Amino acid sequence: MLLPTDLGLPSRPAFKGEINGHELALFELMVRLRLFERRAYDLFLQGLVKGTSHLSLGQEAVAAGFARAMEPTDLTFATYRGHAHTLARGVPMSAVMGELMGRATGLMAGKGGSMHLTSVEHGMMGSYAIVGAHLPVAVGAAWAARSRGTKQVVVCFFGDGTTNIGAFHEALSLASVWRVPVVFVCENNLYMEYTAISAVTPVRHPLADRASAYGLSATMVDGNDVAEVFDVARRSLAECREGGGPVLIEALTYRQSGHSRTDPGTYRPKEEVEAWLARDPLACYADYLVSSGFSRAELDEIEAKATAEVDGAVEAARSAPPPEISLVETNLWADGSASWRS
Amino acid sequence: MAILSYREAVARALAQEMSRDPKVVLIGEDVAAAGGVFKATAGLLDQFGSSRVLDTPIAEQAIIGAALGAAMNGLRPVAEIMFADFFAVCWDQIANQVAKTRYMTNGQISVPLVIRTANGGGVRFGAQHSQSVENWVMMIPGLKVVAPSTPRDVVGLTAAAIRDPDPVVVLEHKALYAVREEVPEGELVDELGKAVVRREGEDATVLSLGAMVPRSLAAADRLARERGIELTVVDVRSLVPLDVTTLLDSVRATGRLFTVEENPRLCGWGAEILSIVVEEAWDDLKAAPIRITTPHVPLPAADVLEDAALPSVERIVDTVEKHLAS
Ligand SMILES: Cc1ncc(C[n+]2csc(CCOP(=O)(O)OP(=O)(O)O)c2C)c(N)n1
Ligand SMILES: [Mg+2]
Repeated sequence: MLLPTDLGLPSRPAFKGEINGHELALFELMVRLRLFERRAYDLFLQGLVKGTSHLSLGQEAVAAGFARAMEPTDLTFATYRGHAHTLARGVPMSAVMGELMGRATGLMAGKGGSMHLTSVEHGMMGSYAIVGAHLPVAVGAAWAARSRGTKQVVVCFFGDGTTNIGAFHEALSLASVWRVPVVFVCENNLYMEYTAISAVTPVRHPLADRASAYGLSATMVDGNDVAEVFDVARRSLAECREGGGPVLIEALTYRQSGHSRTDPGTYRPKEEVEAWLARDPLACYADYLVSSGFSRAELDEIEAKATAEVDGAVEAARSAPPPEISLVETNLWADGSASWRS
Repeated sequence: MAILSYREAVARALAQEMSRDPKVVLIGEDVAAAGGVFKATAGLLDQFGSSRVLDTPIAEQAIIGAALGAAMNGLRPVAEIMFADFFAVCWDQIANQVAKTRYMTNGQISVPLVIRTANGGGVRFGAQHSQSVENWVMMIPGLKVVAPSTPRDVVGLTAAAIRDPDPVVVLEHKALYAVREEVPEGELVDELGKAVVRREGEDATVLSLGAMVPRSLAAADRLARERGIELTVVDVRSLVPLDVTTLLDSVRATGRLFTVEENPRLCGWGAEILSIVVEEAWDDLKAAPIRITTPHVPLPAADVLEDAALPSVERIVDTVEKHLAS
């Protein structure tokens, strides 16, 4: 069991980061992610979303804080736990919901599904379902950015469990040798699937404690503190844009739901869950906003708008047709076909 | 015309494409300063500089992953995997990431990258540096696969692979690096998916690839000289896309088919071609098609053992002769 205090975190996020002018935008983004994920879960239970799905409930501050700090041309690489990162880059809810529900209107017309959300036009370069696989890919995208002089920064999100796979090591090592503009963000939610990360990891801080092995240093952030995340994200992105990088960030957070939709998460001690729920990134942030002069009413209004947006996305997906069967044999190759012979 | 070795042809192809397109870059272990362990990339660092020819750590997943990411973001990378056997250490990147990206994203992301590797046996390197991996790569939807058998084809097929908008695996044959031939001057670019008839004869069709092409041609010469048997030898060159038209035309004309495959027996490329031939040219067949392959074993190191394992000129001659006689 790891209580927030064991990790040196305050019992509630401090919200000391510099977010001047972004207060409500960050709130709105987090609310949208929260409500979308909740609805996605309801739809699984109703059998309308099939397959598997991995929610970011409780981890919204990381997605929101980074996305808000990124330029539209910056690139995101995420994991199968990628709904929030996709939405945070501005992808419409209806396209994401359509994909989760396997509709023609889905982001990839149903060919990717929950674990592979991608929207190049929003800089969302993919959600990857093989643990660690996207870290080297992010390094390559960052290398291309530097080599072409695009000023893009690549942000690559992954879990604590990912730090134990070989691709992580290869990617950090190459990124450091090539000095490419990538921010690696470890969302340390204390669990890899059903096993506490501490039980299977030789160091306490899965990313930060390994940074020196790659000639890098890492910054720890309270991943439930959207102000701190946003502040650190802005500084990290700026550092990379000015020719620095790679940058390592370990964000301490907690997933409030199970690993995937079939997981009730019963392996987690009650006391631990409660301590983390008490530092819910959204509720705590709302309180902070009210205490610093924003009104409950304006927050409620934002929330009502987000609810309507989710309702609309679900309605749109429900009424959309399924994908054309002919899609099965398309888009394997750049000519649009799947043909392998003359 | 210049006389080029197969290894020089690799560098010539890369130089041709890198001169034409500044987006073409080369990465791999020892490819830059050292010019490659097979010296196939010699001179490229000097010509194109360290921003386009990059040495990497020994990190095959990072090499392929980085090539993929770069391909997604505007470059056209050529990644070298030193030995084809090493595909196994980056198989996730090749089979799950590179190959599936375009399909999963429903065409949002194209992956114009080339993976070059030294494939195959014959140089006594033992089981972990000699495998013929045609069947590994051919079975993955989303990968194109070519295997040049001559210096000229190295240039033409590598150039075509680099220009192709999809991932292409170029299987260079390490036993052929020293082979030399005249290669025309000037820009050379082939089309993927075209087989070449290397020799025409009416008695049977032999399909082969890579280092098995010269062996098949030698066997055909011997059979013609000693037995009056005339073989058509088709160099398949491109496994994906597959030039079924050329293969079937030849099989229909001769009525007999032999494949000469260096890959281990099970699921070798010839098995797929046989199934196509049986489905589509059954009525034209005079006899059952025959596969000549490496047995289903890893390759042994000692010269006599390796020679016994790989399809040899003798084995091709004997197999063809036996089946034509019956
Ligand atoms: C290579 C690989 N091994 C195992 C899995 C199965 N798996 C999916 S998610 C997961 C846990 C990953 O944990 P972490 O990196 O902490 O991310 P989180 O799910 O907590 O966001 C595992 C083991 C996988 N998808 N890929
Ligand atoms: Mg985790």
